[in-house]
Amino acid sequence: MSTTTKSSQIPTTPAGSRGSRRKDLAQQRSGKEKGAKGLAALFLAPTIIGIAIFTLIPIVASLTLAFFRWDIISAPEFVGVDNFVAIGADPTVRTAFLNTMGFVVVAVSLQLTVSIGLAVLIQSKMPNWLRTFFRSAFFFPLVLSASSVSIIMSYLFNQNFGLVNKVIGMIGIPAVPWLTSQVGAMIVIILVYVWQNFGFTFLLIIGGLSSIPTEMYEASSIDGATGWKQFKNITLPLLSPTLLVASVMAIISALQIFDQPYVITRGGPGDSTRTAVMVIYETAFKQLDFGRAFAIGIVLTLLIMLVTAIQFRLSRRFVHYN
Amino acid sequence: MTTISVKESSSAPGRTPAPRKKIHVSGRTAGRAAILIVATFLTLGPVVWTILTSMRSPTESLGAGGSIFSGGLDFSSYTDVFKQVNMWLLIWNSALVTGIIAVGQMFTAALAGYVFARIDFRGRGVLFSIVLATMMVPMQVTIVPVFMLIRGMGLSDTLLALILPAIPTAFGTFLMRQFFVGLPGELAEAAAIDGASPLRTFRSVYLPLAWPGLAIVGILAFNFHWNEFFRPLIMTISEENFTMPLGLVSLQGNMGTGSVSTVLAGVVLSMIPALVVFLFGQRYLREGLTAGVNK
Repeated sequence: MSTTTKSSQIPTTPAGSRGSRRKDLAQQRSGKEKGAKGLAALFLAPTIIGIAIFTLIPIVASLTLAFFRWDIISAPEFVGVDNFVAIGADPTVRTAFLNTMGFVVVAVSLQLTVSIGLAVLIQSKMPNWLRTFFRSAFFFPLVLSASSVSIIMSYLFNQNFGLVNKVIGMIGIPAVPWLTSQVGAMIVIILVYVWQNFGFTFLLIIGGLSSIPTEMYEASSIDGATGWKQFKNITLPLLSPTLLVASVMAIISALQIFDQPYVITRGGPGDSTRTAVMVIYETAFKQLDFGRAFAIGIVLTLLIMLVTAIQFRLSRRFVHYN
Repeated sequence: MTTISVKESSSAPGRTPAPRKKIHVSGRTAGRAAILIVATFLTLGPVVWTILTSMRSPTESLGAGGSIFSGGLDFSSYTDVFKQVNMWLLIWNSALVTGIIAVGQMFTAALAGYVFARIDFRGRGVLFSIVLATMMVPMQVTIVPVFMLIRGMGLSDTLLALILPAIPTAFGTFLMRQFFVGLPGELAEAAAIDGASPLRTFRSVYLPLAWPGLAIVGILAFNFHWNEFFRPLIMTISEENFTMPLGLVSLQGNMGTGSVSTVLAGVVLSMIPALVVFLFGQRYLREGLTAGVNK
């Protein structure tokens, strides 16, 4: 420590001969090195300690307590893999996971399709301000809170007075029981989720599209390729790395869906919109079965890691695209 | 006119010499425009509907959910929502929690990001990888143990229960590291020759240059935590500790479909900060959201 102070004062004193100055600098540097180490520890402390307490310890706790029965009041009791067996046999948990996976497949496909379509359309010739306007509009729902959006949508999809039924009533379709029928409720959850989140996928795809050199299109149009052919032979393959990343990110976040079904349907009717995170929440805080909640959480994490692992595998194949 | 012609669309503006082809192109253009307009309408429509409906009287809004501008503007829903819930408290709680988290994240992420970018020490790579890896673990998995920790600290059902666990940020650290890596290392050498201490180098040389990165971290944190529902749902019990999203959902639950415009007035109020962020910080938001992807 004392070296640091001494050496950092040196430059303020008049420099001596050339040789001694070089020596001073060397000394100063080693002092700086030590000072830098101290600084590193100090600067890292809040983040590292914070992550250790609020992420690493919880992970370890989850992994451990998943093998215990624990209601938070009495002492945890070791039960081996009972929790995992129990969730496998629990029809509610099974339904919730199936719902979640079905939701992910449909919602992510829809999200990708809508995003690709709109991203390609927005590349067409138009004034720049208009393009900025469209881009901002599609991005906008992303800044809203999922719970607010869910409140709004639960009014819009209300069977009796909702705007959606009013509009489709105008073209003669009888009122749809959106939120009180099993399929209807799931459709609403999917639409609400995609409505709010496609802007992110859209953003990623716009980025991917802009990195495709325009010469590619020029060259292919000289060869006579147009429209759909160009889309299929140039846009899609060159976009595939972006699409891969975008879909993985979309899948990971869709797997964690909670706010929309919680606010709009509370998981109903029946269990038809109950999701994986909802059963984690209910198992822990309604049934106070924490061990089982951890077990469900671990299964969900494994699913997410599986998706990530598949991405890594696939991305190796796409490596030649940059 | 639409489906087929749209499928033919591409980003390449085709040169169109023959007049016959010109007609074809304009049909295609119309189709594209139609789709974009419909998409914009569907995207912004619910928001516009919300704002319009919030400006109807609470009694009127139930039956008239759809028809627009039948009665003229009425702001009684906005006064009503303050009577139904303690709106000022919700706003205060949300602002406090979100503000402290945003500033705290900017602060801790700047420090840690700087070290990971500029100061070499043994184990740095491993430590940084661990930080990155924690981003993969979904919050829903760690939330229950975090709840127990908070309970053990005697902080359950306080605003600190929301604030403390949210301040250390792996993503913010990652972002700031990327940012500091992008700044020239010669600056540090020059500062060292001028006799600046490591702390001084950080504070006077690098930190002032890092504002765009900090803005991204701050704005992302603000937007995320302002809107956050899941954690407050778990961490708070009494209404005096509710944040806006939680307060609004419980208001909606209490009111049923009784007074749509009152709830929507609350929703509109809660959207204002998001709107401000959107109008003035959209670029930062976009950069931040895609930062992990385009590295």
